[in-house]
Amino acid sequence: MPKSMFEKIWEAHVVRDVPGESTILYIDRHLVHEATSPQAFAGLKAAGRKVRRPDATIAVLDHNVPTLQVRGRRVLELVDQASALCITTMEQNAREFGITLFDMNDERQGIVHIIGPEQGLTLPGMTIVCGDSHTSTHGAVGALAFGIGTSEIEHVLATQCLLQKKPRSMNIRIEGSLGPGITAKDIALYMIGRLGTGVGTGHVVEFSGSAVRSLSMEGRMTLCNMAIEAGARAGMVAPDETTFAYLKGRPFAPKGALFEQAVEAWKQLPSDPGAHFDTVHEINIDGLAPQVTWGTNPGMVVDVTGCVPDPADEPDPQKRLAYERALQYMGLEPGQKITDIRIDTVFIGSCTNSRLEDLRLAAQIVKGRHVAPGVRALVVPGSMQVRRMAEEEGLADIFREAGFEWRAAGCSMCIAMNGDRLSEGERCASTSNRNFEGRQGKGGRTHLVSPPMAAAAAIAGHFVDIRDF
Amino acid sequence: MEPFTRLKGLVAPLNRTNVNTDEITPARFLKTISRTGFAQALFANWRYLGDDKTPNPDFVLNQPRYQGATILLAGDNFGCGSSREHAPWAIREYGFRCVIAPSFADIFYNNCFNNGILPVTLPEPTVLELFKEVEATEGYELEVDLEAQTVTTPDGRVFQFPIDPFRKQAMLQGLDNIGWTLSHLDEIQAYEERRRQEAPWVFSIR
Repeated sequence: MPKSMFEKIWEAHVVRDVPGESTILYIDRHLVHEATSPQAFAGLKAAGRKVRRPDATIAVLDHNVPTLQVRGRRVLELVDQASALCITTMEQNAREFGITLFDMNDERQGIVHIIGPEQGLTLPGMTIVCGDSHTSTHGAVGALAFGIGTSEIEHVLATQCLLQKKPRSMNIRIEGSLGPGITAKDIALYMIGRLGTGVGTGHVVEFSGSAVRSLSMEGRMTLCNMAIEAGARAGMVAPDETTFAYLKGRPFAPKGALFEQAVEAWKQLPSDPGAHFDTVHEINIDGLAPQVTWGTNPGMVVDVTGCVPDPADEPDPQKRLAYERALQYMGLEPGQKITDIRIDTVFIGSCTNSRLEDLRLAAQIVKGRHVAPGVRALVVPGSMQVRRMAEEEGLADIFREAGFEWRAAGCSMCIAMNGDRLSEGERCASTSNRNFEGRQGKGGRTHLVSPPMAAAAAIAGHFVDIRDF
Repeated sequence: MEPFTRLKGLVAPLNRTNVNTDEITPARFLKTISRTGFAQALFANWRYLGDDKTPNPDFVLNQPRYQGATILLAGDNFGCGSSREHAPWAIREYGFRCVIAPSFADIFYNNCFNNGILPVTLPEPTVLELFKEVEATEGYELEVDLEAQTVTTPDGRVFQFPIDPFRKQAMLQGLDNIGWTLSHLDEIQAYEERRRQEAPWVFSIR
């Protein structure tokens, strides 16, 4: 019987599956960060339990770390005491339980979902969890990767397993080809706008189709990253030559004959022809325009050529109410042209869009231009490795010369825990993943866009269609 | 885990869709290593005027008639977004033991069970009907029975809700999930040995 990639990975990780019980599912990689793990380690200690597989557990500091440096180093004095406590607690737990930690001055440090694939910790066919919803990102290599809560972190630390009810499967086929300057971020936002923020609930989503096949690994990661914003627990893309070429030689990836052996196994992972999916959607992205969110969830999105919608045109009363609230929070008027919206701040960063490819696309727009007067613009590379490579390529100079701040790696203004945040009413073009109320700081107003769209907004001071920029 | 069997309690309505965990517990309240102290964080950006202290009289939970509510009635896709378990911690600490909504985001749904909060899924038309009744009737109470998988209205209408049978039993008994999994340690070891042969690269991490 033909099987989907999800079914193959799921079946390969079942430890115990008895009718009437939750399945015990084995976890290959457990990624840990300082924001959601302290209570899990405390629970473990209180129960006198150990970490079952310290070798399969990797910790990194990302949510609370400063993105500024003092003489090339990051020090705790750059963040407040609460953030500092989260950081030192992670360091202590890593020491106590024998877990590898990429601390804030480690050259491998970065956002957990950037460093997983970058270091080759994330491999096809694996089950990967992290106490963070954007763990879906790692599915881009052909893994089953999903976010968990703190109690579940404790469960995985103690048992290397999770109790799971098997999710349903969904195939979202994305056909067509992208025009110049249009990115995986635009596909993701368009998809969520079309299918809704809850379409993936209860499902693991496989992204397939010609548009997905032609995406780089970075683009696939952006797409899978946003799967959670469509409600899906996990997103995944079948591994192919692009995947294998990306992984080869990465520090934690298998080497030599073992790598070749792994590739042969990984080639068996893609869904068989005729595999069953519980739900199927198809999207065509030919002629897709750059996308800009206008509201307070990622599904509230329009083409850059469009206007802010009028709630009065919305027949569903629940939706109309949500639209009215969103416009009020965002300080926008129905019918306002997207390109007339002026911005105060630009944030290029986050686990969605802070890889080298993202920075290259943004730098292409920025080169030889300058940030508009009064606009604050930040580039926060996803990892210190991305930062180093961008510096070597001259991207950092392009950004700095244009008036952008060039920071060290971390979650930064996507979640506003480390001091990088919006103030009340401040309007931001952001390459991150969530335009929720208060996400980037209380009262802050977020518009989600791609890296080149954010870069262009920084230069112009308002949204522009990069196709005629 | 805290058991849940049956609850009769005051209902508070939060008639908004796509309420995300950033709205339930804003990120500034996550900067702690403690599992408690989140009651004040609940819906903080809506609940207070500016300073995280002064109650916003327009926010529904601040209305005197909803004080002491133990059941939260919510809109579609409740708990979406971030995986933060601080959201259910705040909901529980504030005093809710049950959330009723047309649908829940997956991670939040799972997190509820680990914190003695029963997430009840009812069809959207039913939930919209309950919103009307709660808003129209001061002191409106619902009775939730996990064993029978029912929600009963004051006038005796009974709505059935679905729930995974294992989770139901775990919740009724207040099962220690980790202890239960560890009771199958021999099976975990057998799996690891088998898997190490089949896919050695998975284990060759260093």
